[in-house]
Amino acid sequence: MNNSVSNTARLLGAGLRALLLLTLVTGVIYPLVVTGVAQAFFGNQANGSEIKADGKVVGSALIGQAYSLPPKKGGQTPDADLKWFQGRPQNGLGSNTVNTQYKLLVSGATNLAADNPKLVQQVKSAQAAVVKDNSVAGYTVRPSDVPPDAVTSSGSGLDPDISPQYAEIQVHRVAAENGLSVAQVEKMVKDHTEGRTLGFIGEPRVNVLELNIALKGLVAKH
Amino acid sequence: MSPEFAGVLQLLALMAALALAYAPLGNHMARVYSSGRHLRVEKWIYKGIGANPDAEMRWPAYLRGVLAFSAVSVLFLYLLQRIQGFLPGSLGFSSIDPGQAFNTAASFVTNTNWQSYSGEQAMGHVVQTAGLAVQNFVSAAVGMAVAVALVRGFARSRTGDLGNFWSDLVRGVVRILLPLSVVAAVVLVACGAIQNFSGVHEVGQFMGGSQQWNGGAVASQEAIKEVGTNGGGYFNANSAHPFENPTPLTNLFEIFLLLVIPFALTRTFGVMVGSVKQGYAILATMATIWVGFAALMMWTEFAHHEGALQLAHGAMEGKEVRLGVGGSSIFAVSTTLTSTGAVDSFHSSFTGLGGGITMLSMMLGEIAPGGTGSGLYGILIMAIIAVFIAGLMVGRTPEYLGKKIGSREIKLAAIYILITPALVLVFTAISMALPTPPHSMLNSGAHGFSEVLYAFTSAANNNGSAFAGLNANTDWYNTMTALAMLLGRFLPMVFVLSLAGSLAGQKPVPVTAGTLRTEKPLFTGLLVGAILIITGLTYFPALALGPLAEGLA
Repeated sequence: MNNSVSNTARLLGAGLRALLLLTLVTGVIYPLVVTGVAQAFFGNQANGSEIKADGKVVGSALIGQAYSLPPKKGGQTPDADLKWFQGRPQNGLGSNTVNTQYKLLVSGATNLAADNPKLVQQVKSAQAAVVKDNSVAGYTVRPSDVPPDAVTSSGSGLDPDISPQYAEIQVHRVAAENGLSVAQVEKMVKDHTEGRTLGFIGEPRVNVLELNIALKGLVAKH
Repeated sequence: MSPEFAGVLQLLALMAALALAYAPLGNHMARVYSSGRHLRVEKWIYKGIGANPDAEMRWPAYLRGVLAFSAVSVLFLYLLQRIQGFLPGSLGFSSIDPGQAFNTAASFVTNTNWQSYSGEQAMGHVVQTAGLAVQNFVSAAVGMAVAVALVRGFARSRTGDLGNFWSDLVRGVVRILLPLSVVAAVVLVACGAIQNFSGVHEVGQFMGGSQQWNGGAVASQEAIKEVGTNGGGYFNANSAHPFENPTPLTNLFEIFLLLVIPFALTRTFGVMVGSVKQGYAILATMATIWVGFAALMMWTEFAHHEGALQLAHGAMEGKEVRLGVGGSSIFAVSTTLTSTGAVDSFHSSFTGLGGGITMLSMMLGEIAPGGTGSGLYGILIMAIIAVFIAGLMVGRTPEYLGKKIGSREIKLAAIYILITPALVLVFTAISMALPTPPHSMLNSGAHGFSEVLYAFTSAANNNGSAFAGLNANTDWYNTMTALAMLLGRFLPMVFVLSLAGSLAGQKPVPVTAGTLRTEKPLFTGLLVGAILIITGLTYFPALALGPLAEGLA
């Protein structure tokens, strides 16, 4: 009996020493070496791909943001600022409940099932809003023109991109709101549309932040 | 080009990349586990452990090594989370509550990486890199070690010796997982994944104001998360988060990483048993199921014929624009057919049938191609069952690779395949029967049931993905999924190693005209059939209540 207890203790001791040594290799040396290489050669990416406009950081190229008017009194959800291109709905985004000294973004999806009435309602009202907001004089958006990404929330809630179709149906509205010609805005969208990598990987997309920065420049020149 | 065609091309590109890596990586791993030489750094580690890496172990000793190392790992990771609030570099994150800390410790040690917490608001630098990411490495290495022990059982005869656990563990980390992860991490950073040890970033916004996000060693953790088929995300959104999976290219690369070792291990197996053709037959089985499921998933996700998805003109709820339906479908199938459980899109919002495919993928037992190591030993157990069935048909004692599958061997294999279904079905039934656990469901009806079924399927099969609507951070789910993960990981290992011991002790039977040729396509067909039929019969009633009811409604 004593023998088996001491054998077990010896074995657990060996396990602990193995764990500590492997922690040193994979939990300390490995991440530090990778961080060193990353910071030396890919500093911008390693720190979040931040984008500057007019000398100020205006966000990350990889993280979606909201383009809304200042919040109204009474804590209602703010309305979209129609001057700017709008990104995808962010219904899955959570708020920080644990480490409340910060207002951290908590990424996430809605996880609602296709047959959940709540999701059906979200899609319906988003579609109605897209149709209403983007139908301007001389240009009508039909519900069948609205692409899926415009009315659904992404997996992370932080999708930085929209589909070229969603950008396309916003062109007339953005042109009208900013006093630009449709052709100008259309060209800008086309310039900022990124195709599939190597022609077949992923889907074509438009980065909303980069598009809006370009739009701001266009408006300033105008 | 249509999205459907682009999706198919992505699948083909992935197959080409995996085919290129197959022989070099498989041969390399066979050399690693057969070589008599030790690297200098390995010698230092053995000295620190106080183990002789050349001492052969019989199966009970090998098992004791696995269990002792894993028990210490659970305890260490539990304590690390419990004292997080006092550790430097924790960004002000507090200590994790006992229930969640136990669940998370069990989850990462069992290679499951089920997460009942949200990474960005719960875990600081120290726990992420020195706790969770370390288990990503070592739990994968333990899986490979057990698989290699079973392969040695087939390859050796008239001996009880299965190799040395400490040596297999250390070599797996140092010579296989670490080099792959370093390369992968650098590629991911170059494409935009973050890698820093700074605090909370406050980043100005286009419209004014600011966003706050936490930095971290994301790329280094992301790399081993895929390579080791772990799947625990740095952020709550896992591989859907742009900092974990920034571009379509990284998406395809991450799918490649999570598949490459499990597929290549069939080569390692072939080399070690002296016939690479035997490896091809197993590979063909895995690949048939994987390609078939991927095609099925793309079909149902592109067809998007239900409810809100129909209304939206596409199944984009829970999916990222850059990855699209095609990339997300391939990822979903690959992550659930391996034991990874990382997600680049949220399975709960897939079509009813799509969600059912992710569940069925896990229910197959994570064998096509399965987790690092666990996939190989899982499918070899199914191969034993398949030769047994074939043996019954012709009235001959079944053999596999020259070893007789006698009554002891078939009993061990049969118990192995009964463990996970028993855990899944019993735990799901109890959760549905009790008054409070169903309150955790986000959706109601068939989909709500699927959330619970998915949770226990994922836990017992050590996958870790979720129908994430379920609120799993309750005492009930934290405790029960932790139990399912521990039992679903270590009970099967007991039977695998015991089986390995009894195979290694046999003397090989000569091949005759009556031997079932297990390297031929006929056997691959038999094996695919056995896998699908056994899983189908086991789980059909449960699937009918959940995803099938939803998909056919």
